Amino acid sequence: MCIAVPAEVLEIKEGNIGVVDYGDLRQEVRLDLVDVEVGEFVLVHVGFAIQKLSREEALETRKIFAVVYAAMEE
Amino acid sequence: MTGGKEIAQALKKEVDRDYTFMHICGTHEASIARSGLRSVLPEQLKIVMGPGCPVCITPQGEIDAALELAEKDCIIATYGDLVRVPGTKGALESVGKDVKIVQGVHKAVEIAKKTDREVVFISVGFETTAPTVAATLLTQPPENFSILCCHRFVPPAMEFLLSQGEAKLDGFMLPGHVCVVAGYKEYEHFPVPQVVAGFEPDDILLGLLMLVRQVKEGRAEVENAYPRAVCRDGNPKAMAMMHRVFEPCDVEWRGFPVIPGSGLRLRKEFEQYDAQKKFAIEIRHVEKHGACICDRVLRGIADPTDCKLFGTACTPRKPVGPCMVSHEGACKIWALYNQKK
Repeated sequence: MCIAVPAEVLEIKEGNIGVVDYGDLRQEVRLDLVDVEVGEFVLVHVGFAIQKLSREEALETRKIFAVVYAAMEE
Repeated sequence: MTGGKEIAQALKKEVDRDYTFMHICGTHEASIARSGLRSVLPEQLKIVMGPGCPVCITPQGEIDAALELAEKDCIIATYGDLVRVPGTKGALESVGKDVKIVQGVHKAVEIAKKTDREVVFISVGFETTAPTVAATLLTQPPENFSILCCHRFVPPAMEFLLSQGEAKLDGFMLPGHVCVVAGYKEYEHFPVPQVVAGFEPDDILLGLLMLVRQVKEGRAEVENAYPRAVCRDGNPKAMAMMHRVFEPCDVEWRGFPVIPGSGLRLRKEFEQYDAQKKFAIEIRHVEKHGACICDRVLRGIADPTDCKLFGTACTPRKPVGPCMVSHEGACKIWALYNQKK
């Protein structure tokens, strides 16, 4: 439940809804808890962005997740 | 970043006596077990899990309250883990009532908008999760929506563990995602070594190394080993929303007595969303199942494998206690990864 995943904000819609990209999955998430712009990265938990991340940090974290998932599938 | 191997070697060099540290996060436990981290740690270094799984620490009385709401024909919406936790009369998933698993509270509101029936969201979680519920209630959900508020704060539980001294801890690894939102200011007054750590095996090794060094150098402060996501103030916007909607209250945790100021309840102006008031539900204290030791596992004084039921009467397929249900529960994680002491 406490998992949080970095994602890039692609689009911001009316009502604090953002379309985000996790790398190979796009999803609508709520942006109520952060002030972000398109192109910035956020950490997503239970469908909400809970914090902004720097682009570099987010890409680094995403790379680590990819490695972990690859290892789990082996 | 320094690689895990170097950190593990540095740890071996540093550890000169018995050390026990507690983490308070199910995701930490999952990462430790999945990576087999305990097998590379020096023998004298022990990392135990504390009350860090929100599903596990929800006491049975609150599970029973959720079941009672289902009996009253409300549509129940909650996170996947919670529906399998056994209550006094079965689990939410098996009582044959209308129970829906949702990603988050906003999805429960979407269900309420499409029906005339009452929808109750069973709202569990720490500081990471409570602001998402606050933000949702601030958008004025429909009248047929309410929450059973089971939120809890981490610092009061830590304070309780420290005052009690039962687990004999040298320090704490602070929960990364709780600190993403809440920051770590509130932990600075605890007179004990603490490190905020991330969730990769390397993050955890680094956190342990920093903890050992603090102990050896006689320091007791909060250090941040997860700066890519955590800053001292956390997310002030999220915290402000949480405090606007909720206020602290005294609540029981599974395995713990009532801990002062450790729970959240809705402020008066939001009480129309309080399912407990709306449906006149009373939350009762329920005595635990005789042989289950989830309470002692949650206090960090027993390992899952110390339990007589572990892997026999209590398995991930047929859980007796909540720690065998949740993906973040120590017992389920140990059972899945065949963790030995």
